[in-house]
Amino acid sequence: MSAQDVVFSPRRVGAMMLRYWYLLRSSWPRLLDLVYWPTVQMLTWGFLQYYIANNAGFFARAGGTFIGAVLLWDILFRGQLGFSMSFLEEMWSRNLGNLMMSPLRPFEFITALMVMSVVRLSIGAVPVTLLAIAFFGFNLYALGLALVAFFFNLMLTSWAVGIFVSGLILRNGMGAENFAWSIMFLFMPLTCVYYPVTTLPIWLQPISWALPPTYVFEGMRELLIHKVFRGDLMIDALGLNALFFAAGIIGFLALLRSARRNGSLMQTGE
Amino acid sequence: MPTPPPIAIERLVKIYKTVPAVDGISFTLTPGSITALLGGNGAGKTTTIATIMGLVTPTSGRVTVLGAEMPRQRYRVLHRMNFESPYVEVPMRLTVRQNMKVFGKLYGVDDLPARIEQLGRELDLMDLLDRPTGKLSSGQKTRVALAKALVNNPDVLLLDEPTASLDPDTADWVRGHLERYCRERHATVLLASHNMVEVERLCDRVIIMKRGRIEDDDTPAKLLARYGRRTLEEVFLDVARGGSVESEAAQ
Repeated sequence: MSAQDVVFSPRRVGAMMLRYWYLLRSSWPRLLDLVYWPTVQMLTWGFLQYYIANNAGFFARAGGTFIGAVLLWDILFRGQLGFSMSFLEEMWSRNLGNLMMSPLRPFEFITALMVMSVVRLSIGAVPVTLLAIAFFGFNLYALGLALVAFFFNLMLTSWAVGIFVSGLILRNGMGAENFAWSIMFLFMPLTCVYYPVTTLPIWLQPISWALPPTYVFEGMRELLIHKVFRGDLMIDALGLNALFFAAGIIGFLALLRSARRNGSLMQTGE
Repeated sequence: MPTPPPIAIERLVKIYKTVPAVDGISFTLTPGSITALLGGNGAGKTTTIATIMGLVTPTSGRVTVLGAEMPRQRYRVLHRMNFESPYVEVPMRLTVRQNMKVFGKLYGVDDLPARIEQLGRELDLMDLLDRPTGKLSSGQKTRVALAKALVNNPDVLLLDEPTASLDPDTADWVRGHLERYCRERHATVLLASHNMVEVERLCDRVIIMKRGRIEDDDTPAKLLARYGRRTLEEVFLDVARGGSVESEAAQ
């Protein structure tokens, strides 16, 4: 990494955010898409939870764990997708060359993508959390400061994965686009979104505990079922996230260098 | 301290895996010059231009732009460069004004609204500024791409087929604007084109590439005289088909 890579201009970050905001604003299908799937997911799992809660004592006490899991999973999944979608927009519009030949630095580009992932997530998630209150009486915001810790940790993981996937696409072209859509689903069974880590086979549990979101989902269940906020889990998640984030950045810069060597930046198609 | 040349290439080699795309070329451009890079498909023009822009790392050799080594020191000079290419597009969903705002901010242009108005007047875009770029005709889009390429008043301008897919009238208009810009700003232009009329009109130097090497390099007039041809297109065909001054003379 050269010193020039880390020079940072808020003006250029603002320019990129303006570009994505103009794009979002100009397209109602893009806006609708941000809300559509989170709503469908939340309703499906919410009704399932409602059914189980009326038929099983344990789940009746574990009020909101499914809906809570769905909403937190959406932060993780949509956070990464929001990051990757903004990046993919540059590939689809054949604009990446313009950016790579402009004074925009990699860190400025990444910062703009991170901020836009929060904007996109907010557009999709806020209405859905309000619907969860209206339909199922589940108020995510009642988690208070714990929600802030959950959100921050999940976003860090989603950015780390998004940054690495963007590097893969830069290096390998649109042939790697599918990673942007599918990579997070690998996290779903391993991070134990809907069940405790103890459900996994013993040999798989260390892998699960090596992933930061596992601590968030375990922490959420502790809070909703036992009414205990586990700060230790959040600190562990933060430490792992620091490693994931650093690995994502290093991977992105290495793939960008490789793309320059291989001429991939000139061919941003298939 | 002497002013560094706008573009200097020394023994540039670029090999993709085992395929050489550029094979040891060297040239230096003088400030305020307009130079054409000619060659058939696969001659190495695009790789050469991409290396100058810092998009490709050379396998060996050295490329400097305004004294900065590319791509290592690219951020020292990228704000003084710009380019236009039919292989890269400005975002189609954004209006012309929105695109100009975004790129103007990326290039750190001062008094951006005034610059957008100025480019709008000069490139006849005033009535199009608030229309989505994707809804414009191809000639209008080319003018928008040119406005993007000029938004930062670049000292070094790289153009890849700047008038491709334009009707003769619009193409002539674009050439006229480029000529004026270079004269007024004393900007240096490197132009890749297959349009020999364009090259004859605009360029004071022509570099002909073939299979990654420079086959010839001179002013248009001297090239015509050396090959005994009336047009650059005939010279280009001679080089592309393997003819040379020597073989012509032998015949």
